Amino acid sequence: MANAISSTITAETGAAGSPLLRIDAVTKKFGGFTAVDGLSLDIKAGEFFALLGPSGCGKTTLLRMLAGFETPDAGQILLNGSDIAPMLPHQRPVNMMFQNYALFPHLTVRDNIAFGLKRAGLPRKEIKARVAEMVALVRLEGLEKRRPDQLSGGQRQRVALARALARRPQLLLLDEPLGALDKKLRENTQRELLELQRRLGLTFVVVTHDQEEAMTMADRIGVMNAGKLEQVATPRHLYEEPVSRWVAEFVGDINILEGQISRRDAGRLMVSVPQAGIVAAVAPQGASDSGNACVAIRPEKIRLSRRAPVSDTADGHAINRLEGAVSDIGYLGGASIYTVRLDGGAMLRASLANTARLDVDAFGVGQRVVAWFAPDDCVVLGR
Amino acid sequence: MNARPLAQMSRFNIATLAMGLAFLYLPIVVLVIYSFNASQLVTVWGGWSLRWYQSFFNDQAMLAAAAMSLRVAAVSATLATVLGTLAAVALTRGERFKGRTLFSGMLYAPLVMPEVITGLSLLLLFVALGAERGFWTVTIAHTTLTMCFVTVIVQSRLGGLDRSLEEAAMDLGCNPVRAFVAVTLPLIAPAIAAGWMLAFTLSLDDLVIASFTTGPGSATLPIRIYSEVRLGVKPEINAICSLIVGSIAILIVAASLASKLSSGRGQNAAPM
Repeated sequence: MANAISSTITAETGAAGSPLLRIDAVTKKFGGFTAVDGLSLDIKAGEFFALLGPSGCGKTTLLRMLAGFETPDAGQILLNGSDIAPMLPHQRPVNMMFQNYALFPHLTVRDNIAFGLKRAGLPRKEIKARVAEMVALVRLEGLEKRRPDQLSGGQRQRVALARALARRPQLLLLDEPLGALDKKLRENTQRELLELQRRLGLTFVVVTHDQEEAMTMADRIGVMNAGKLEQVATPRHLYEEPVSRWVAEFVGDINILEGQISRRDAGRLMVSVPQAGIVAAVAPQGASDSGNACVAIRPEKIRLSRRAPVSDTADGHAINRLEGAVSDIGYLGGASIYTVRLDGGAMLRASLANTARLDVDAFGVGQRVVAWFAPDDCVVLGR
Repeated sequence: MNARPLAQMSRFNIATLAMGLAFLYLPIVVLVIYSFNASQLVTVWGGWSLRWYQSFFNDQAMLAAAAMSLRVAAVSATLATVLGTLAAVALTRGERFKGRTLFSGMLYAPLVMPEVITGLSLLLLFVALGAERGFWTVTIAHTTLTMCFVTVIVQSRLGGLDRSLEEAAMDLGCNPVRAFVAVTLPLIAPAIAAGWMLAFTLSLDDLVIASFTTGPGSATLPIRIYSEVRLGVKPEINAICSLIVGSIAILIVAASLASKLSSGRGQNAAPM
């Protein structure tokens, strides 16, 4: 136990290519329900990894298996090359920050932070120094003698973080770390958490259902659905290049136009959409030239105008133009969402930034418009 | 809760409240007052005096019975607290074992079982086992009686406790047993204390089960009082009863304070 504690806070990078954590074909069943289904994942040292998914997708179960509260039915969990799956929670060099913080209500802030250090059998002086270091790290000076019920939500969150970090875990697991904070506080705390992780070179695995939180903080995001990883990618890749319709629809807002691939033309796929017409989209690698497909386009990549824009004559099909009428407007402050009913019958949502305070030229409901977007902004996905 | 001052209550409410309280407490008040009676006769007031308290403290047989009662109450309450707490932990924390509902149902049976039946069945058991009746048989009988009360109190406290507290302790290096001792036990301690005090009180009170299971020479205080009263009520009995009422009142107040203290802690309060 003690050698796990004394390992440095800066996680060793190890040999190139060998990840800090390797989850190998892990399966967990509860009765007849498969919570995690043959899942494999590598996490590098120093990485901020977010597990994102709807509730019930198995992300919390996966995290609890990493912490040791659940035992996998099959598969291995390798930390620095050794299988930790059969180890009990207290034997793992891994710590967890709980969703509701799980601070010990009968102990003061100081005793909460020192709890894990006392269990590790560190000398008293060392514990004192480490607690002081943690208190300073999360800026809780002056609150050491308070009990958890005398702290605000944000302060409690920081105590929980300090307590989990005090043992200098090789891997820190965070279950919805900001879920209990209000929006303003959450943004600040996000920044603090990220800065702390970078500065100390820690490896974080965060479970969250909040996409924005995952997007802003994580180096990579794993999107989970029904016990499996749908996609593992950087936030940008996840948003701009979703690998499946499910991921595209789960992450952010997106328009899906269902149709058939009619032909391939200079790196473009022409998709015939019954409810909209022919839509040109950039062909994904290894895409077939026929069959069913759907074209996905993010609302902010669609532009609206009263008249069709002048065609880029150098490339006859440079832009897609779909005509229709505005059927609904949702004002969000910074942007507005215009729902356009295309003449073919499909509904398209376009998000336009409200760049002027007094917009006399704004579209009204019923206004005839042309929705146009570049083929490069479209993603072709299987149906 | 918005408590209204007494003055705002209607006359009818005050009247019913007063009658209800009188119904409950008038006999006890009369008993306590008469325990200070100087007269030989129970029903005739002869001025204030402490003579019956004095006579009780000189009555060796009565004092022995009181000591017996206190010993039985202390030992049986302690046993019941240990067993009852273990049962509560098994019921709330254990895996959902087969027959769990049946087990918890059976645990609560003594709560509703007529005492005569509990007493009689225990007597039959002790006779069948050939156990010599006395201190230990009464103590065991009282443990069976009071254990379920401890379980109910501790279980409600455990149920309200956040399960992740123990997990956090394990995550921070405690094995499961240590996690229980370091985190759960301090948090349910007030409920355990309340359970012990309730068990103590119930044991001190009991006449029926004790009279079934006791043997010669080990009469508890209620048994002793009951047999004295059959020969005619001496004012000394009033003094003893007043002492019992006083000590039980103190214990009940302490028990409720302890459980109030316990419910204030344990949950992380809502974010401010």
